[in-house]
Amino acid sequence: MKFDPMVPIWLQVATALKQEIVTGYLPPGGKMPGGRDLALQYGINPNTAARIYQELEREGLCATRRGMGTYVTEDTERIQRLRTEMARAAMDRFLSDLRGLGLSGAEAVQLLETEVQNHAEE
Amino acid sequence: MLKSEDIVRRFGAKTAVDHVTLSLEAGHVYAMLGPNGSGKTTWMKMAAALMKPTEGRMLFQGAPVSVESRRHVAYMSTEPYFYSWMTVRDAGRYYDDFFEDFSMSHYEELLRDMELEMSMKTRTLSSGMAAKLKIALTLARDAQVYMLDEPFNGIDLLARDQIRACILREATPEKLLLLSSHLVEEMEAIADRAVFIRQGKLIEVCDLEQLREQRQQSMADRYREIYGHAEVAQ
Repeated sequence: MKFDPMVPIWLQVATALKQEIVTGYLPPGGKMPGGRDLALQYGINPNTAARIYQELEREGLCATRRGMGTYVTEDTERIQRLRTEMARAAMDRFLSDLRGLGLSGAEAVQLLETEVQNHAEE
Repeated sequence: MLKSEDIVRRFGAKTAVDHVTLSLEAGHVYAMLGPNGSGKTTWMKMAAALMKPTEGRMLFQGAPVSVESRRHVAYMSTEPYFYSWMTVRDAGRYYDDFFEDFSMSHYEELLRDMELEMSMKTRTLSSGMAAKLKIALTLARDAQVYMLDEPFNGIDLLARDQIRACILREATPEKLLLLSSHLVEEMEAIADRAVFIRQGKLIEVCDLEQLREQRQQSMADRYREIYGHAEVAQ
């Protein structure tokens, strides 16, 4: 993974893990890599890796069972909510980009519909 | 774990390290930064008990560094240090004789990770391979402190990934790692703290994630800010 060194590394890896949870690559109740393994896998400092799990736990996306490791939450509603949160954030970025180009909301919707159709035909 | 108290080192009229008080803790990977001649190597050599301070003290676990502390402090200098007749295996044996905490099996693992072979002659190694061998020799010790002076020098892009992975494997809560490099970008993700030194003086020690969170700055950005644009190596 290539990092943006100006953005906290924990945030970048946490976002990547959230994506894996949302897509089911890391399934509900599934075991997550240990802190050290996560550090090695992503090539990051182990303290940063520990911070990532603290944040994900705080958000109720995973839980650490003593001596057993860290597991993805089994709460599928929470995962569904995460998907919505991430989609909303993506929409925000998209809309603010289009606003930057001077497009109105209606124009943005129209453009999006056309693009979705084009993608479907491909 | 490693602490310098108001330490000074002069070479004739030149002051290489100028009243530096610096405390480094176990469980962290520190990047030591500064332009050439800012005193990084001199500080490390004093920490490795290879050079005596002119003034002040260098402490390891609260006691002044000495021949005894050298058994727990692994230091990789920028100078090459094996004889030309040696094979990679000989270099390992040499280290094994020298340091009680050297592990031949760990050495073998490191060589595998770095794609080096026991039978290779050190004389015929490329500069990048020789640099990797030095790192493997240093990390194969089970020390409490690892100081690597310029571990990425002369090493190509792909081999740098191997080195970063080997360094990270040693980064446990009990150990202290200190890396100095001009290749600041190579250390952004593996270090968690940075020590900035200029003209022998300590400028600051900072937490890198805090720097990113609070100032939206990378370590390289902070480097540019402290030392000015012209001095940044790519």
